[in-house]
Amino acid sequence: MASVGSLSGVSYDARGLVEPHAEMPDNIEVDGSRARFDAADLTIRQINMALRKLIYNDGIADVTVLNPSSKHSLAVGILKRCRIHFEGSPGWFACGLIDGPEVTINGRVGWSLGENMMSGVVVVERGGGSLTGAAIRGGDLIVKGDVGARTGIDQKGGTIIVMGDVGINTGFMMQRGRQIICGNAGQNLGDSMYDGQIYVAGKVSSLGVDCVPGEWTDADAELIERKFRIHGLGEPPQFEKFVCGKQLHNYDSLEPSERKLVI
Amino acid sequence: MCGIAGVIHRDGTADIGAELTAMLQAMKHRGPDSTGYAVYGPADDLVVIRFVLAEPNRSTGFGMEERLARNRMEVEARLAKIGAEVATVTNDTGYAFRATVRYSGELKPLADYLEDVPGCEVLSLGSSLEIIKDMGDASTVSDQYGLGSFRGTHGVGHVRMATESEVDLASAHPYWAYPFADVAVVHNGQLTNYHQWRRRLEQSGHRFQSECDSEIIAVYLAEKMSGGLSLETSMKDSLDDLDGVFTYVCVTGNELGIAKDEMAAKPLVLFESDELVAVATEEVSIRTLVKREVETRDPYEREVLVWQV
Repeated sequence: MASVGSLSGVSYDARGLVEPHAEMPDNIEVDGSRARFDAADLTIRQINMALRKLIYNDGIADVTVLNPSSKHSLAVGILKRCRIHFEGSPGWFACGLIDGPEVTINGRVGWSLGENMMSGVVVVERGGGSLTGAAIRGGDLIVKGDVGARTGIDQKGGTIIVMGDVGINTGFMMQRGRQIICGNAGQNLGDSMYDGQIYVAGKVSSLGVDCVPGEWTDADAELIERKFRIHGLGEPPQFEKFVCGKQLHNYDSLEPSERKLVI
Repeated sequence: MCGIAGVIHRDGTADIGAELTAMLQAMKHRGPDSTGYAVYGPADDLVVIRFVLAEPNRSTGFGMEERLARNRMEVEARLAKIGAEVATVTNDTGYAFRATVRYSGELKPLADYLEDVPGCEVLSLGSSLEIIKDMGDASTVSDQYGLGSFRGTHGVGHVRMATESEVDLASAHPYWAYPFADVAVVHNGQLTNYHQWRRRLEQSGHRFQSECDSEIIAVYLAEKMSGGLSLETSMKDSLDDLDGVFTYVCVTGNELGIAKDEMAAKPLVLFESDELVAVATEEVSIRTLVKREVETRDPYEREVLVWQV
């Protein structure tokens, strides 16, 4: 299909697909089962193309991406166990829809980190934007700095750990999973949540509708201690637990596959 | 959607025209409809007027050239009549003009008198503010108006994806805070109590150039500041008075301020160093200005921050 040029230098085909003829970058250094490349002068499509080729076709298990330069939508939809390391800051929508990879990011991320992530680990050394871990279903998402508003909105599983502060509407409508927040939380924490647990070590500005303090159990302490140990986060601080008051929604909390078993 | 960018140099003048163009071009995906700049050059004793005599998409046709020439002469005649001594008048396009005048009277009668000329719209008035806006992406507008060589201390820019009103020059940002010298606003978001505020402000004598909800912010802040409030206080008041989702940047002759609504619904990322402060909807925009890893942060809900030149 013919591609159409544009003033920004990015080309589109007739359907609007960006860069239909993107070329594989020629600066990939492969060393056994490891590879690295500099993304400073590459387009988003070229970076993702290189990641997919290395991980799926070439059987590389450990890829380092240098200078992601805040570009959006990097390492999205990788469905295989592997290690990806970003030396620098990716932009928005980093590591969305991943299932399996262990990602380390030596930098900061924009909005919507790990959106819809299924499993794996993402560790960010600095802060993040809003909508961090939106709708994740599994895996561990760790941000060592502050993040913005609506962290873990619609979360359906997995664990989000934030070492700094979180903004307004954190845990909004979360359905399952855990959030461990070591700093302060903004207003409306856990608003309209269905289920799951939110642990906060700092100050909570206000609780949202139907979010109530929960009863602390040994299982909570064990979980937090285990997560901090696995990810080398040091000694955990003292947390308060918040859960759903179960006054707002009428529902059963079974997954469709589980419901089939019960019936 | 829209994208906004702002930069303020704490250590003197810089190529802010080229800087803002690069910042906005990096966010072209956020809005390709129109691009606008509000830039501040070195202030002198002349008043700079940026005005248009027709909408770009209605600036051609039978007799249009003659009409534009006639209206331009009418503007110059009116300037002389109101006591503004014209120093220069230049045009970047057939319909957009820049005039410098020696004038010490009030700005409101001057703006009203000029806008009475058919098709005339005053984009900006002040001793250092210049608003440039047109259809197309950042590079197109910058090339058209020769912004690459513009030097100044601070400025803001906006790429627009039209959601609430038409794709035309009147609905393009930034908005000048009529009739206040050197005040401009760019906005990303939607305001839901627009009509309420428009009625209120029209009753107190303000005029609106467009049907765009964002224009309310500029006029609202102008009204507040005319009552003697500081930029920061006016912006803090706006958080309670304006309803909807917004992140906006307001610039004056020597300040740049940002405000975020109570839901933190619209993005903004902030970079601060000893030499400059840069704000943008996306970090990728700031990285065109500072080409290394930088320490940035997202301001939280209801944050108002103001920096001086």
